[in-house]
Amino acid sequence: MLSAVLALCAVCAAAAAEPVKLKFWVMGREGEVVQKLLPEFERRHPDIRVELQQVPWTVAHEKLLTAFAGGALPDLCQLGNTWIAEFSALKVLTDLDALARSSPVVLPGDYFAGIWNTNVVAARLEGIPWYVDTRLLFYRRDLLERAGIKSPPRSWAEWEQALAAVKRNAAPDRFAILLPLNEAEPLLALALQQNEPLLRDNGRHGAFSEPGFRRALQFYASMFRNGWAPAVAGAQIANVWDEFARGLFAFYVSGPWNIEEFKRRLPPGRQRDWMTAPLPGPDGPGASIAGGASLVIFRSSRNAQAAWRLIEYLSEPAVQLRFHALTGNLPPRRSPWRDPQLANDPYAAAFREQLERVRPVPRIPEWERIATAMQEAAEQVVRGGASVDDATRALDRRVDAILEKRRWMLARKRVE
Amino acid sequence: MRDPVKSRVAPWIFIAPAFCVIGVFFFVPVIAAFALSVTDFDIYAMADIANLRFTGLENYARLLSTPLFWQALGNTFYFVIVGVPLSIALSLGAALLLDSRLALFKPFFRTALFAPVVTTLVAVAVVWRYLFHTRYGMVNYALGQVGVGPVDWLGDPHWAMPTIILLAVWKNFGYNMIIFLASLQTIPAELYEAARIDGASPARQTFHITLPLLGPTLALVGIITTAGYFQLFAEPYVMTQGGPLHSTLSVLYFMYQEGFKWWNFGAASAVALMLFGLIAAVTALLMRASRRWIAP
Repeated sequence: MLSAVLALCAVCAAAAAEPVKLKFWVMGREGEVVQKLLPEFERRHPDIRVELQQVPWTVAHEKLLTAFAGGALPDLCQLGNTWIAEFSALKVLTDLDALARSSPVVLPGDYFAGIWNTNVVAARLEGIPWYVDTRLLFYRRDLLERAGIKSPPRSWAEWEQALAAVKRNAAPDRFAILLPLNEAEPLLALALQQNEPLLRDNGRHGAFSEPGFRRALQFYASMFRNGWAPAVAGAQIANVWDEFARGLFAFYVSGPWNIEEFKRRLPPGRQRDWMTAPLPGPDGPGASIAGGASLVIFRSSRNAQAAWRLIEYLSEPAVQLRFHALTGNLPPRRSPWRDPQLANDPYAAAFREQLERVRPVPRIPEWERIATAMQEAAEQVVRGGASVDDATRALDRRVDAILEKRRWMLARKRVE
Repeated sequence: MRDPVKSRVAPWIFIAPAFCVIGVFFFVPVIAAFALSVTDFDIYAMADIANLRFTGLENYARLLSTPLFWQALGNTFYFVIVGVPLSIALSLGAALLLDSRLALFKPFFRTALFAPVVTTLVAVAVVWRYLFHTRYGMVNYALGQVGVGPVDWLGDPHWAMPTIILLAVWKNFGYNMIIFLASLQTIPAELYEAARIDGASPARQTFHITLPLLGPTLALVGIITTAGYFQLFAEPYVMTQGGPLHSTLSVLYFMYQEGFKWWNFGAASAVALMLFGLIAAVTALLMRASRRWIAP
């Protein structure tokens, strides 16, 4: 009897000293890498234990929604910033505004404005940017030089000249640019460069048949019509890096992860031949997508304070630099960019410039579906021979149907 | 003395476990799916059930007026109508060859032809994507040797579905082949002996002995294969993601996108039930037809 009581007390004592257990879900490659950053955090905070779970990107969305339905969400999580609006609609994200305002580490003014804004939904701060992702030009310097192009294009007009010149100087079975038809991002970036928004009336209706988007789609489709871009989906290009090294195309619109991939996968003889450049705009340097991932805290968490400590730690400029060294992911705030590691990286420079000109996509839960519909309309134009006017009108009809529930919700003030 | 009441209860007790399992895993989900299909259950309804609207048969009506759904239906029928006969013909042909007394290395060929069935589709898809690659694919290389220009197998909306059919037939024919082989081996050798004595040619033997006696097996294989082929999903999922221009989008793929990509469970359930009805109707039709043909 006595021993049982003693044992029980021992359990009580152990429970009192038990550190806070933080459930942290991280996706893809970041999940492997963040493991190396956690020991330092746990050393500084002996009262917090991080239970890391790696989730593959392909199942992440489904897993999160299933966890929501089953009430098994973690304390904090990495979330692609295009998903924030959706989870915000589920009312599961903690408003971090007060925490960020009083934090000595997370300084809103230090973050690139376009990226920070992707985390603000209906005036609530629902996530803290972790790393950024935007799209710009990867290009072959030697192929441009051979075509008589001295510097990368800054405007659409210059870009057209460069594309035409590269195609003229290339073998007939080669192209000037690769725009995989299953990727919405390149067209989306061109569309975000326009002054008109993609949706009107607070996301009640599509605005794709307005002149702005029509201009972007016209330009996008012209690259295929002129034979500058091959009409292929990503899966049909067996290996993008091999084809880039071989010179199948001279321009490729892609994101920061490809800096490391190009360094690793292009043959040594080609390493001096490639460079990055900001995305050309209609007249002069243009905007691009504010993508990336954020860290969010779920409302169901009972350890929000500890979770915030971890977000602060991962947001420290020094930790961000280590994270960059491990993954190649680019920091969302300006101070780490002043470190020589990034400031002297010639490939990252174009991203640094582009990040001052990034714009968020509309922040509504239906956005991913609308972006898919947009790309399908573009495919209709490129492969199916539809006219831009017809395709955009049909797209607006489809988008309006997708947004029907949202209009109903707005009319009843169930969403903002 | 036997108790009549007890003896009436006993069978129920025996079949109760099976009934429970069927009820829990079949009837409850089907009823739940039907209930979902008359609502607009989506991400907003997941957040707050008050956002759920009862929509009656609107999901069905909207589906029937969605061009993409009709395209998916058309693609699925294309796949079934071309794929099923091709698959059965190939299985039967391979089984007849393997069953022939003239065939050499039978165990080797039996294993080799069955191998695609047990391979992983995802791994196979990688190889097939290379085989059918427009620039470097072996298929286009072979065609080039006989002067046929390169075909954009997976990128051309007209060729993508034939490529998917080829993959599915190649992947699945071994399974039916084994069933046919087993059935062939049950045909008594005396029948062939008698036919030979009567001077019947091998072709006549095939058409008058082998095929009639294979009748029930053919019907079974036909029904199972048709029901299976209506549920086309994995092949386009790994090869083309439903593209190009939705030319390989199947009904099941369409349902997957509605449900698990866009979380419109109401619409997805409606698709599922319509596919269920379609398969049930086609299977019933096939059963009736086969009964008429096979019955003496």
